[in-house]
Amino acid sequence: MNALYSLLFVFLLVLIPLFGVDAAHMRTFFGVCVPTTAFIIFLIGFVYKVIIWGRSAVPFRIPTTGGQFRSYDPELFKQNKLDCPQTGAQTFFRMALEVLAFRSLFRNTRVSLYQGKDYPVVAYKSSKWLWVFAITFHYSFFIIALRHLRLFLEPVPFFVNGLDFVDGLLQIGAPVMYLTNVGLVLGVLLLLGRRLVLPRINYISYVSDYFPLFLILAIALSGIYMRYYAKVDVIAIKELTMGLVTFSYTVPETIAAPFFVHVFLVSCLMVYFPFSKLMHMPGVFLSPTRNLPNDTRAKHHVNPWNDPNIKAHAYADYEKQFGVPMAEAGLPLDNPENGKAPAEEEA
Amino acid sequence: MKMQYGFPIIVGLAIFIGLLTAPFAVGTMTKTYKQPELKLPANEKKCIESTEFMRTEHMQLLNEWRDWALRDGKRIYTNHEGKEFVISLQNTCMKCHNNKADFCDKCHDDAGVSPYCWDCHIQPEGLK
Ligand code: HEC
Ligand code: HEC
Ligand code: HEC
Repeated sequence: MNALYSLLFVFLLVLIPLFGVDAAHMRTFFGVCVPTTAFIIFLIGFVYKVIIWGRSAVPFRIPTTGGQFRSYDPELFKQNKLDCPQTGAQTFFRMALEVLAFRSLFRNTRVSLYQGKDYPVVAYKSSKWLWVFAITFHYSFFIIALRHLRLFLEPVPFFVNGLDFVDGLLQIGAPVMYLTNVGLVLGVLLLLGRRLVLPRINYISYVSDYFPLFLILAIALSGIYMRYYAKVDVIAIKELTMGLVTFSYTVPETIAAPFFVHVFLVSCLMVYFPFSKLMHMPGVFLSPTRNLPNDTRAKHHVNPWNDPNIKAHAYADYEKQFGVPMAEAGLPLDNPENGKAPAEEEA
Repeated sequence: MKMQYGFPIIVGLAIFIGLLTAPFAVGTMTKTYKQPELKLPANEKKCIESTEFMRTEHMQLLNEWRDWALRDGKRIYTNHEGKEFVISLQNTCMKCHNNKADFCDKCHDDAGVSPYCWDCHIQPEGLK
């Protein structure tokens, strides 16, 4: 049901620019106003969310670890520097691998229950599928985003041309097929299929899980449709997109409707981004379970969010203060002296 | 509530936003973009198909030409008006569009594509 709602919603989003451009002729609105507004919302929303996260309290060191801590005998039990980082540099490398190679997904395991001879046995097996889908998907998306710079920069910078060359290395067809186009669609389909097919994942999937997947799929398909089937006028589109970044807006007449659908879907993604699970992009950098070194046993940490006006109150002092009522209530005291009422009141 | 590790967070944000908005910065510094002016064949009026078609579908047409010529052995193309053309990249397209640098390349540079055709096919003379 969740998947169906998301799919229907994305269909609706496709219809809006189709009618808007074809029937209502709102070309400037869909070509200039919508993407510009969406970009501004994206920027402000993104910064706003990150600042909120930056200001929220992380009172404890809570890195999650998956390896040997530096032990009393580092020869015998070697420290696992990446899975149990204890210095800033080690944490940096752990983060870099996490962000660039999705290392924790790579370590993903699948649990299964086997019927042993006498009793069932739990088995953990390395499961790399999710990692493969995820990394294909993310890198494809990233490269596609970079390739789009050809529409926003004049002259086209060398690395964009380089990416274009590498991406089209197979030289299949004309315009050449891009590897990342295949990667992106395949990646989304597999990530989507996983949610639809696996009962355990299906059970925990909401609209907010399906919607971004369908939206990204729709964006990818509309882009592919535009490039290989509808054949939009790229040079005219460049005039429009360059107009966006030079603040001299034009909407050439020769641009066809599929372009507006693509742009509208991307605008939806930009608006949706800061308020969705997609914020895991900046979120991974701000994860206290990842970005803190695991040095709690080597260093004393004071919660930086402690209110300086609240002074520490040790138990010994506490017992001194409340010893009398505690004794009356029959509570055990470390120091029985504290239970005696002060002399003045006795009299 | 104050921000812990505010410096790296703000720096990271600034880099990200800076990269995202860089095209705007570059764009405002350069002058506004105009579609390239193409040097059209002097003594010809019409392309193989309509201009709109050629503009967006020429790569597809070339791809089909290649298949027709080399796989099906069909070397004559009849356009929508019934006019016949010899299927050839070098001898048909480039005969009219004899200035690759001022025609094909003008668009392709802007669109960030560099067709690999010229690895083998010879460009019109006197050009590189
Ligand atoms: C109106 C501008 C324009 C002109 C003139 C033009 N092209 Fe193109 N051409 C393009 C665009 C834009 C693309 C890329 C389309 C895309 O990326 O979706 C392209 C792509 C191609 C491709 C496919 C390349 C690839 O790697 O995908 C070939 C082949 C090609 N053009 C050949 C030619 C030839 C030969 C000429 C000169 C006779 C020419 N074009 C003139 C705009 C033009
Ligand atoms: C008979 C000469 C002739 C031949 C052959 C020819 N063209 Fe053209 N082409 C022209 C003319 C003339 C125009 C300009 C048409 C106009 O301005 O309406 C043109 C326009 C174009 C355009 C659009 C340029 C623009 O202004 O947007 C492209 C792209 C193009 N040709 C590519 C090709 C390709 C690729 C081939 C080979 C398959 C080819 N042409 C073969 C004469 C020719
Ligand atoms: C590996 C070298 C090579 C590359 C790269 C190449 N071609 Fe060719 N092409 C050939 C050869 C060889 C023939 C055969 C010539 C013949 O039999 O007339 C040919 C023939 C053709 C023909 C039909 C006949 C003719 O004379 O033009 C077309 C059209 C064609 N190529 C288009 C293209 C296009 C478009 C590209 C770029 C997307 C391209 N080719 C890239 C080698 C190449």
